[in-house]
Amino acid sequence: MLEVSGLAAQYGRAQILAEVGLTVAAGEVVVLLGRNGAGKSTTLKAIMGLVPPSAGRIRFRGQEIAGRPPFEIARLGLGYVPEERRIFSELTVMENLEVGRRPAPPGQQAWTPERLFALFPSLGAMRHRPGGRMSGGEQQMLTIARTLMGQPRLVLLDEPSEGLAPVVVERMAEAILALKAEGLSILLSEQNLHFARAVSDRATIIEKGRIRWEGGMAALMADAGIREQYLSV
Amino acid sequence: METLVLQALSGLASASSLFLVASGLTVIFGVSRIVNFAHGSFYMLGAYLAWSLVTALPRGHLGFWGGILAAALGVGLIGIAIETLLLRRIYRAPELFQLLATFGVVLIVQDLALLLWGAQDLLGPRAPGLRGGTMILGLRFPDYELFLIAVGPVVLLLLHLLFHRTRWGMLVRAATQDREMVGALGVNQRMLFTSVFFLGACLAGLGGALQLPRESVNLGMDLAIIVEAFVVVVVGGLGSLMGAALAALLIGELHALGILVLPKITLVLVFLVMAVVLVMRPHGLLGRAQAPAAAGAAAEPAIGATPRPLVWLGLAALLAALALPPFAGDYALSVLTEIAILILFAASLHLIMGPGGMASFGHAAYFGLGAYSAALAAKWLLAPMAIGLALAPVAAGLGGLLFGWFCVRLSGVYAAMLTLAFAQIAWSVAFQWSEVTGGDNGILGVWPDAWAAPRLVYYYLTLGLCLAATLLLRRVIRAPFGYALRAQRDSALRAETIGIDAFAIRWRAFALAAVMAGLAGGLFAYAKGSVFPTYLGIPRSVDALLMVLLGGVQTLSGPILGAIAYTGLQEQLMRLTDLWRLMLGTTILLLVLFFPQGLAGAARARWEGRHGGA
Repeated sequence: MLEVSGLAAQYGRAQILAEVGLTVAAGEVVVLLGRNGAGKSTTLKAIMGLVPPSAGRIRFRGQEIAGRPPFEIARLGLGYVPEERRIFSELTVMENLEVGRRPAPPGQQAWTPERLFALFPSLGAMRHRPGGRMSGGEQQMLTIARTLMGQPRLVLLDEPSEGLAPVVVERMAEAILALKAEGLSILLSEQNLHFARAVSDRATIIEKGRIRWEGGMAALMADAGIREQYLSV
Repeated sequence: METLVLQALSGLASASSLFLVASGLTVIFGVSRIVNFAHGSFYMLGAYLAWSLVTALPRGHLGFWGGILAAALGVGLIGIAIETLLLRRIYRAPELFQLLATFGVVLIVQDLALLLWGAQDLLGPRAPGLRGGTMILGLRFPDYELFLIAVGPVVLLLLHLLFHRTRWGMLVRAATQDREMVGALGVNQRMLFTSVFFLGACLAGLGGALQLPRESVNLGMDLAIIVEAFVVVVVGGLGSLMGAALAALLIGELHALGILVLPKITLVLVFLVMAVVLVMRPHGLLGRAQAPAAAGAAAEPAIGATPRPLVWLGLAALLAALALPPFAGDYALSVLTEIAILILFAASLHLIMGPGGMASFGHAAYFGLGAYSAALAAKWLLAPMAIGLALAPVAAGLGGLLFGWFCVRLSGVYAAMLTLAFAQIAWSVAFQWSEVTGGDNGILGVWPDAWAAPRLVYYYLTLGLCLAATLLLRRVIRAPFGYALRAQRDSALRAETIGIDAFAIRWRAFALAAVMAGLAGGLFAYAKGSVFPTYLGIPRSVDALLMVLLGGVQTLSGPILGAIAYTGLQEQLMRLTDLWRLMLGTTILLLVLFFPQGLAGAARARWEGRHGGA
């Protein structure tokens, strides 16, 4: 579904991504692991077109998307959930969802506010509350719901567990598994290995803008050396 | 009592018109973060288009109201053209560059309007069905004014519905907050921006068209309304529709009632209210802190050693400035004197704009304070030139300390608007306190002492003083004070954590810039032999801004080059053609589009590209 190869990106003169390659198959959940500053968020932003890639190819559902504007990439069925959540704080929950709304492609069951409220029950109880007056966990759920309103086939989730209380992290993991069960493909970036293990099929490890390791989640959990080398702080 | 009520009613009618213009301005700013100077031009074009349409169409309801609406839509289309051809290319440019570009549009529209409609005031027909008046408290009040009073609230209601009940409105509100995120959700921002610009331009056009039965259409409408609309938008809070409505009400009534109470200082009153509001609420009545607009504004290159060729070029220019004038005629000498003065003026503004990171729309205030203090000393105290020239920077510096104490607390557009407010207050005093300042007639007979009277001597005196002052500014920028100034510009918070008092640094820089501008003003007064309120006016502040931006904000050579280029350009264009505004405006647009770093920035980039940068 998504194939990235040789991706490079820079902010000004600082090279953040040197050579990133990864794949996500249909219905798969892949986690991008790495330490702070390894290039996880930038990888997702570059795929989404929010950071212009300076080299490399990004193929999504058979089309080359590198260098295209974010709104076109979104319309092809790629959803993006930013790390900082970026809720429209002056808009209500319903209005936030409305901004994300796009028609569903033929043959795909459309996400509606009602279906999303079934997935995230706490959101349903505050439909007319402004986004700025919600807790961090509720905002995180709203960003995911807002992105799903765009009827994506693949979602880029940037550190969904960051800054959330342990109970909320657990609920987030359940939600992601429910989305996977719906057949959605997900590429998430994470530092929380415990969370990543609960939701992902495969892992890709990034360090200093380069991919260092790739393999099944089980293989990673079995190899303490790899975890020590690239992930432990 | 009756007159008071009627005056208040007519204030409401003005508030309505003001709201139409300000609402468009604030909506455009909200989404695109562009402070659109050309919004006043849309208003003026609305009035002119309406005049043409209404006089050409058959008389009657359809002809009149159809003409008004068609004019508003026509201005909306002009807005679309400007957005797609110009603004779309510079959304990522620094705020002030966008402002410069829209100012270029103002100049172009002024000359085009002059070409199309001529210089004379045009009178439109009165509105059919609203020609009469209604008796209110025994006095006759025009029906058309009553109609206008109703227009404001109706438009506010419609806009409110549009923004809260339609998907388009939600997208606009969302984009006002985070336009990049809206794009990542699949919304085509370009379409959104263009449609917002269309709406804003339509509103301004409608505001102008509706003035047709009220007042004559003339070429001064654009600048008159834009200053008021800026005040309204800033007082209300940038991007806030309700804020704009409240502020329009406040300013409209202030004008209407102020005339009854204190006819002489209504202008001061308006700007005083704005200053008070901004000091109490730095983001306006209903505004919120804005997230910075530019996502990845390029960091300014460190100030390093001056490139060798630039040093040689500078020395060569200086040598020419020293050696050639004895062979120059009187006219050339006076132009050269003026250029030397304007270089200092631009360099002083550069100190706060470049290293300081503060925008000033009212730098002429300090230039004018210097000029007036020298002139007043000469007129009332018969002071010799040396005293006048010494007094000028001192008085301007005191003014800078006073105004700066307020201005440097704010940031971005708000700070710029407060500097504009103070400059307008200073201008109003010079203009309206005619017993002391001579009002519009200015002060004449401010001539240099006998020893400096020959043009050549006065030129060398000016050159010496301006050169010394500009070199001093250069030294300041490269001293620890300059480092601290740039540190607080890049991050006030981080600067404060390492012990830099950002407020004090900004305040001192502001005052120093005022001192230097004051010296320039004093020299200018003796060079011209007279002072006028225009020395403190908005156009002169804009001149300084243009010089700095034209040359490039990033290096001190920028404003110097900018002052020379701008003065030379204006002088040449004014001699060559009557349409100098059109030429100047076009030049500005070309520069903004093709030299976004200014002349000096472009030259530097070229040189570094060839020789490898630092």
